[in-house]
Formats: sequence, C-alpha cells, structure tokens
Amino acid sequence: MKGHRNDWLLAVGVLVLAAALWFLLRPGGEGGWVVVTVDGTEVGRYALEEERTVTIGEEDYNVLEITGGRAAVTEANCGDHTCVHTGWISREGETIVCLPHRLVVRIEGASGGLDAVAR
Amino acid sequence: MATGKASRGLARFALLVALAMVLSWLESMVPLSLAVPGVKMGLANLVVIFALYNLGPRQAAVISLVRVLLVTFTFGNAFSFAYSLAGAALSLLVMLLLRKTGKFSLLGVSIAGGVCHNIGQILVAMAVLGTTDLIWYLPALLVAGTVAGVCIGAAGALITARVKL
Ligand SMILES: [Zn+2]
Repeated sequence: MKGHRNDWLLAVGVLVLAAALWFLLRPGGEGGWVVVTVDGTEVGRYALEEERTVTIGEEDYNVLEITGGRAAVTEANCGDHTCVHTGWISREGETIVCLPHRLVVRIEGASGGLDAVAR
Repeated sequence: MATGKASRGLARFALLVALAMVLSWLESMVPLSLAVPGVKMGLANLVVIFALYNLGPRQAAVISLVRVLLVTFTFGNAFSFAYSLAGAALSLLVMLLLRKTGKFSLLGVSIAGGVCHNIGQILVAMAVLGTTDLIWYLPALLVAGTVAGVCIGAAGALITARVKL
C-alpha cells in the first residue's frame, strides 16, 4: 500500500499532540469550589468541603453529591449516563459533563471562590 | 441497460446506508464512551471510507448525510443531530482533502477521519454548552479517534481489496 509511512507519521503526530495537550491541560491543584452550569449559565456554586446532595433540574434531573472533598453526579435521567460514569472529581479543572441536559460540573481552585465573594 | 444499471446503483446505495445504520446501532449498544462525553468509535465511517474509495466522493457524502438523518430520526433529537452532523461533516471534508493530496493511503485518511469525527463533535458540544471546559477531553478524544481510525482503516483496506462492486 503506497503512502504507508505518511499514514503512521500522521498517527504519531496526533498522539504526540494529544500527549502535549494532556500535559498542558491536566488538572491542577486542590479544588475549592464545585461550579454547576446549565446551558452556559451558572446555577450553583458549592464549597467542596461541605457535604451536600443537590438535585439540579426537575424533569431532566441530575443528582450532584459532594462528600469527603469530592463531587460526583450519582444519579440522572439522561439517556447516556456519561455524567454518572465519570465518577468522582476533586482537582481544579476537572469536569463532569451531561450533554443531554447541557450540564457542566466544574471544580474551581480554592482562591477562585473567595475572589468571587470579595468582588 | 440504463435502467438496470440505475437500479443496481440504487440497491447498492441502499445496502451501504443500511450497513452504516447497523454499525451506528451496534455502536449505541456498546457504550465505549464511559467517562468522556460523546466519544464514539464512528464505526459507520467504515462504510463512508469504503464508498469514498470505491464509489467516489459524492456517493460517500450522500451516504454519510443520509445515515446522520436516519440515525437522528431513529434514535436521536435535534441536539444529537447537530452533534453527529458536525462530526460526520468535518470528518468527510478532511478525508476528501487528504485523499486528494495523494500523500496518504486509505489508512491515513481513515485516521484523519476518526480524529476529525471526534473534534467536530466536541466543538459542537462546546458551542451548545457555552463552555470551553470540554477542551479537557480533547487529548482522550484524539487518542480514541486515532485508534478508531487505525481499526477502521485496516478493515476498510481489507474490504476494498476483496470486494468488487
Ligand atoms: Zn448525563
């Protein structure tokens, strides 16, 4: 098959790019806040240390559980349940996404929340 | 016979669309997308690649579009339509361009297709969710797309070598 070498160069190139991006984007330090957005609008901001269980939405719901400094979507009525399968997040920058419900749960650093309050 | 030829072409087209549908359905049965939203193998790309190399760009584009429409009517909604259309369109566009350069074989074209399929989907998801947070998933999506592209490319090359339409 002609052009085989270029094919593999392309594959390696993409993998190197993936590795570089992973290195650049990997989750940062300690998380402080759990920020919930629906359709890009912030609907909730909770401290990661405080134990709590919130249900976001009514007909389309996701149950967000925060306990032991970690957060997870433990229950949802979306079709794919990717959000539930994502499991627990705790580091700054980590996210849980529920595409069918346009929901994003993101961990922000400890300072981010305080800044927001100060402003 | 012109009519015989036309109906054979139509039958072949219907067969490929049906095959693409079956692959999409199989894929929805096996969720490989556990922790990364929207990672799909893009198995149906096998049919698109096959069409691209054996029937030409136009047939490949039509098969791809018809598949997206049918899958949306069968399993999806308006959101999943935008999502899969973006993946399919970007993937097809890049595959066409790459094939035109003549510098890559079917395997390389398939790898690019797999990667772009995932990039197109995550871009739409970012636009819909109004957040760039999803960029975090890009490395995993790139790797998944490459793996899928290699598998589909290998299968596509094998089929193209053996099946004569
Ligand atoms: Zn979900």
